[in-house]
Amino acid sequence: MELTPDEWNAVRLSVKVAVWAMLGSLPLGLLTALTLARGNFWGKSILNGIVHLPLILPPVVTGYLLLLTFGRRGPVGAFLAEHFGIVLSFRWTGAALACAIMGFPLMVRAIRLSIEAVDRRLEAAAGTLGAGPIWVFTTITLPLILPGIIAGMILSFGKAMGEFGATITFVSNIPGETQTLPSAIYTFTQIPGGDAGALRLTLISVAISMAALMASEALAHRASRRIEGA
Amino acid sequence: MTVLVDVSHRLGGFQLEARFASAGHLTALFGPSGSGKTSIVSMIAGLIRPDRGSVAVDGRVLTDRASGVFVPMHRRRIGAVFQDARLFPHMSVRRNLAYGKWFAPARERYAETGRIVELLGIGHLLERRPSLLSGGERQRVAIGRALLASPRLLLMDEPLASLDEARKGEIMPYIERLRDELKIPIVYVSHSIAEVARLATDIVVMSDGKVTAAGPTGEIIQRLDLLPAGERGEGGVVLEMTVAAHDIDYGMTVLKSAAGEIRVPRIRAELGSTVRLRLRARDVMIATAEPMGLSAQNILRGKIARIAHGGDPLVEVHVDCHEQQVLSRITRLSLDALRLHVGQEVFAVIKSVAFDHENLSNSLIDQGF
Repeated sequence: MELTPDEWNAVRLSVKVAVWAMLGSLPLGLLTALTLARGNFWGKSILNGIVHLPLILPPVVTGYLLLLTFGRRGPVGAFLAEHFGIVLSFRWTGAALACAIMGFPLMVRAIRLSIEAVDRRLEAAAGTLGAGPIWVFTTITLPLILPGIIAGMILSFGKAMGEFGATITFVSNIPGETQTLPSAIYTFTQIPGGDAGALRLTLISVAISMAALMASEALAHRASRRIEGA
Repeated sequence: MTVLVDVSHRLGGFQLEARFASAGHLTALFGPSGSGKTSIVSMIAGLIRPDRGSVAVDGRVLTDRASGVFVPMHRRRIGAVFQDARLFPHMSVRRNLAYGKWFAPARERYAETGRIVELLGIGHLLERRPSLLSGGERQRVAIGRALLASPRLLLMDEPLASLDEARKGEIMPYIERLRDELKIPIVYVSHSIAEVARLATDIVVMSDGKVTAAGPTGEIIQRLDLLPAGERGEGGVVLEMTVAAHDIDYGMTVLKSAAGEIRVPRIRAELGSTVRLRLRARDVMIATAEPMGLSAQNILRGKIARIAHGGDPLVEVHVDCHEQQVLSRITRLSLDALRLHVGQEVFAVIKSVAFDHENLSNSLIDQGF
């Protein structure tokens, strides 16, 4: 099975976009999950709603909203372009942003559930032993929620690998710049004789997703073995 | 070391109004479940902020709502052992033990790992995971972990409540060693009169969110009226006695005090050492003449000092045996039948088998009993 340079580009780009989307959204995802799991404040349900919005909205709507906000003439996009020279629309960075936002609810949800499952009495015990809040978080909470963090990262990565609607709306379908695997497959299906290419990329897409899932299973298993001490 | 607590706090429909001071080596907070004992230790540990009032340990104010003082729990240096051991599941026993060590300032670090591990007998568990320990082992590791943070005060919240009788017997000697050898001040929460009588030097009795009595164990333990109705039969006195002789043939130990001699199933204590003996009021019979032909071996001579009419149909007879009080719980029927009255010479009769190992306090009790 030989891939053309364009097809290779699509594979590489997809992985790059997905990794950046996953890593970039992790700090904010962890923070949001902590806030939702532990916080008790006015507007918590609104925050929860906003976080989950990309899950419910049609991806095209999310992509269009991104275009309106982060496009060259959008308020945030214009600001970024003018002051930092950062352009997101029609760039791979924009694809990463779109994928990060689409995967965000999945990541937050997985981490939040694991935080809620932590026995807070263990944290209190660490406190009575002299550990301040930051120590408690890094030595008790973080190791205990590691399986949830791994699961959240993989969900985010998987979502990014498959994201199509928001990406194509926001950054279009430019080979070598914003043409990820799904867009490339879509392009193949639109041209006569593209079936073979579409199939090749489909198989690659399945392989990457399976590998990611199995890697996460292995990691989560190791992490929970450490917790349960089997 | 003194512990001063003067707090009021509302928890749902429950109102806690507690005030006591204790300078004991091991102060027991004693009372039925729901009487507010755990809330009190949570306030001493800094886990709960009381609505009003203050908490001070060893002259250091830890909580004072009036002046806004609240030392966070990780700066209090007060160790805690909970009913559930709360060991960190992702760490080995060794790492659990070491957890609190480095948080204590170097010059205040008094606990040595080797000594604590040896004292608690957990050396063979160090590389294990908490999930592979038995309940009793877990609790010993939890005690060790709390001690290795070199706390100024150790709080123990029903540390034995989740264990079966055999495991309780396994842990109690270790707690006695903390009290007597390490001399670390302990506040101990329990609803078991047996534990409190054996371990406590001082008792704070709590009921329904209030402190109903506080004082040395010897004084409090004979006030059966302070005990919850269902536990009154467990009340009695605690006698400090010296080991006078061991009778190897019969497997008995002879204990002596001013009150007289008492024979108990053999304990492994050195001659001349002091042990505490809990004498339950319901195990003590009263005779008006020296009994003959009786299987019970322990007969103490004394005078009736007081007769308290507890819950009908039972009465409590306080017998003064040469300055040592012995408490007997008998029916009002027997009281009238024997025409017992204050000042009368009587004999208190106790069966030796009344002393199971729970009632005998000593670090080295023979596990055979």
